[in-house]
Amino acid sequence: MTKLTNPARRKFLKSGAAVGGSLVIGVSLPGVNGAQAAADTSAMNAWVRIGADNTVTILCARSEMGQGVVMALPTLVAEELEVDLNRIRVDFAPPGEMYINAMLGGQITGGSTSVRDGWEKLRIAGAQARVMLTEAAAQKWGVDASQCSARNGAVTGPGGKKASYGQLAEAASKLTPPREVKLKDPAQFRYVGKPLKRLDTAGKITGKTEFGIDVRLPKMLYASLAQCPVIGGKVASFDDSKAKKMPGVKHVVGITDGVAVVADSWWQAKQARDALNVTWDEGPNKNLSSEGVFKGLAEAMSKPAASIRQQGDVAGAIQSAAKPVRATYQMPFLSHSPLEPMNFTADVRKDSALLIGSIQFQQMALGMAAAITGLKPEQITIRTTYLGGGFGRRIDLDYMAQAVEISKAIGAPVKLVWTREDDMTHDFYRPASLTEMSGGLDANGRPVALSLKMTSPSVTARLFPPLVKDGVDPLMTEAILVPYDIPNQSVGTVIHDTGLRVGYLRSVSHALNVFANESFIDEMAAAAGKDPYQFRLSLLEKQPRFANVLKLAAEKAGWGKPLPNGRARGIALMEGYETYMAQVAEVSVENRQIKVHRVVVAVDLGRMVNPNIVEQQIESNIVFGLTALLYGDITLKDGRVQQTNFNTYQLLRMPETPKIEMHIVKSTEKPGGIGEPGMALLPPAVANAVYALNGQRLRTMPFRLA
Amino acid sequence: MANVEINGKTRNVNVDPSTPLLWVIRDTLGMTGTKFGCGAQLCGACTVHLDGKPVRSCGTPLSAAIGKKITTIEGIGASEAGKKVQAAWAALDVPQCGYCQSGQIMSAAALLAANPKPSDADIDGAMAGNICRCGTYPRIRAAIHKAATGA
Repeated sequence: MTKLTNPARRKFLKSGAAVGGSLVIGVSLPGVNGAQAAADTSAMNAWVRIGADNTVTILCARSEMGQGVVMALPTLVAEELEVDLNRIRVDFAPPGEMYINAMLGGQITGGSTSVRDGWEKLRIAGAQARVMLTEAAAQKWGVDASQCSARNGAVTGPGGKKASYGQLAEAASKLTPPREVKLKDPAQFRYVGKPLKRLDTAGKITGKTEFGIDVRLPKMLYASLAQCPVIGGKVASFDDSKAKKMPGVKHVVGITDGVAVVADSWWQAKQARDALNVTWDEGPNKNLSSEGVFKGLAEAMSKPAASIRQQGDVAGAIQSAAKPVRATYQMPFLSHSPLEPMNFTADVRKDSALLIGSIQFQQMALGMAAAITGLKPEQITIRTTYLGGGFGRRIDLDYMAQAVEISKAIGAPVKLVWTREDDMTHDFYRPASLTEMSGGLDANGRPVALSLKMTSPSVTARLFPPLVKDGVDPLMTEAILVPYDIPNQSVGTVIHDTGLRVGYLRSVSHALNVFANESFIDEMAAAAGKDPYQFRLSLLEKQPRFANVLKLAAEKAGWGKPLPNGRARGIALMEGYETYMAQVAEVSVENRQIKVHRVVVAVDLGRMVNPNIVEQQIESNIVFGLTALLYGDITLKDGRVQQTNFNTYQLLRMPETPKIEMHIVKSTEKPGGIGEPGMALLPPAVANAVYALNGQRLRTMPFRLA
Repeated sequence: MANVEINGKTRNVNVDPSTPLLWVIRDTLGMTGTKFGCGAQLCGACTVHLDGKPVRSCGTPLSAAIGKKITTIEGIGASEAGKKVQAAWAALDVPQCGYCQSGQIMSAAALLAANPKPSDADIDGAMAGNICRCGTYPRIRAAIHKAATGA
């Protein structure tokens, strides 16, 4: 029997998160089950509603941004609920205590945690509802529940008795939920682990899916917002005389982040916004430059590090090593650039507010909205739509706060839509970083020491400051080293605020650290004169899951076998989100341009809910990682982000996409996350392949060949 | 006031003729399947057909669409190529977040209408203007081949 688990450890929010350094958002969430029954439906628990007409609605408490939670999470509920997965309806959950992500402590989508958090909890929810429906049938028929069984949305009992869930729902909803339920043996799974088609595809190929930007409310107006070109700057004064006379313009309002023009259509609002004359107080960041940022990081590197790991005597071992090895790696700022620009729809009234949009952090949305409007949380309704990409950008809700402020100011429903330029120049950027690595080899070419010291801005210090303890941000030290068998090791980090605001971006610090540590182990292999695959493998005798994916990737890629002239392979290995992954990239270089022809991915992520979605996510990560290594570079001059659209901040396109081959290890281990690890691993695999090809070490992203 | 012909229906709109077609379709006509991605003809999310040819509606003024047949994602399933493309997209589960897929499907349908058996190079040429941040390109390519061959 599986005990009902405590829904939340609330690691993040109980400790009190902060936004913009001031606004406390550690609001408690409504304790109601969130699945308030609409007319003719009965709520079994927070995740299951059943209508008298047999409609089964499963609530999805995570935001769907492409990663497939809208399919994977209801699959877990449906598996135990015993309903036809193809006939369920899925709604996105409102903010609610029961929907807190226990791995993150808030109602938040991130960290590749959705399946890991829901794996047991959601099956329990399904089983609980099934038991209640079965019990309702047993009571109705005057038999013992053990004589009844549930399947395909109906309960059957002795003597051919049968009742649909719809017929039983109302009575079942009044029963006390069972404290303990028995979950299926995985061998009996009908849906979990099968490569099922996604239920959200039909809407996405016909234009029917509603993203935040598609929301329409009666009498809704449209807004475009002028923000200071230097992030953090404020309005000094503005002249709206010209804008106000333009067609369709209804309001011009100053808000915390800038000047908003509100009009009958978005295009009118945008045109009038361009006609504003705003004088900005550019604030403390007006002189930020990329040169200054990296100079600052280099200076921070000379400061003492907060120690993450000290094992043996690294300095001594390197000093006495037959061969020392050193290298420094540099990562740029990156923009999330989801294809749906930031936007939000708000209808703030005197005693209520309706807030609708693409968000990844419902709990913070509620807290921020309550603080801005002065309304009580129970007066605020938050509806999450589908997200046109997220990648972590929509954890930060500046755009929501802006829409709420505008609606409050004008007393009407409004949809704020950013331009692409607004989006790219007002992101919360993936931190730039520097990583110094050093190591030593003995006379036989075996590594005796390995040290890593990295410095970057800390997202956590901005968003969840209490989580930074003793100078360590746990989200800066992910995948910090592969546990290679090296006797002396040290790891340390230095948090350095560069001035530009930073945010969590897909893969977070895995990407920073894996690029450095898997490039460096390759450098050590080269210094030892050994094959980089064999060198790694020889250090993984005590790490079977690492060794297994490494061998699988090498074997499937044909490691060591001849390639056409002008091509070479590189390999890299990591663990992230409890998923083990190796990649082999096959590359060529022509006119100083890297071309990635083929990527072989071996992955062990434990049990899967849906292998089809797992494959989608791996493909997605390869494209995302290739974008980063070829192009990703947000630069600063005079405090301004210099990239403004997809001409200056390029994203990978169809012709550059490599052949991707995926090999997934069959495993009964607990599930690992798959939405993020792959993008971290491609850059070192490609850098290592370029070295194998022409001897150039690429230590700065994006890669620029000499 | 102007009449536009969209997905086989005539609609009357009262907007400045210099307004980009994208915003007329989305905000005036309320058809939100066509997406805003960049506003600069760089990403393809806003792709629609004018007389069967793919155009970026974010950079096409309403005036350029008057007198032409506009087709959007809401209407593309009525064409033979569009129907095949949508079926292949569903069969291969192409979309992830789905935001760019209206534009991808419009570009793919235009390609297949003009070139029923495209090569990989043809696909590269026709689809290079459509960005997918989720990286569904391998499945888009496979789906176009599937739509072309019926396999």
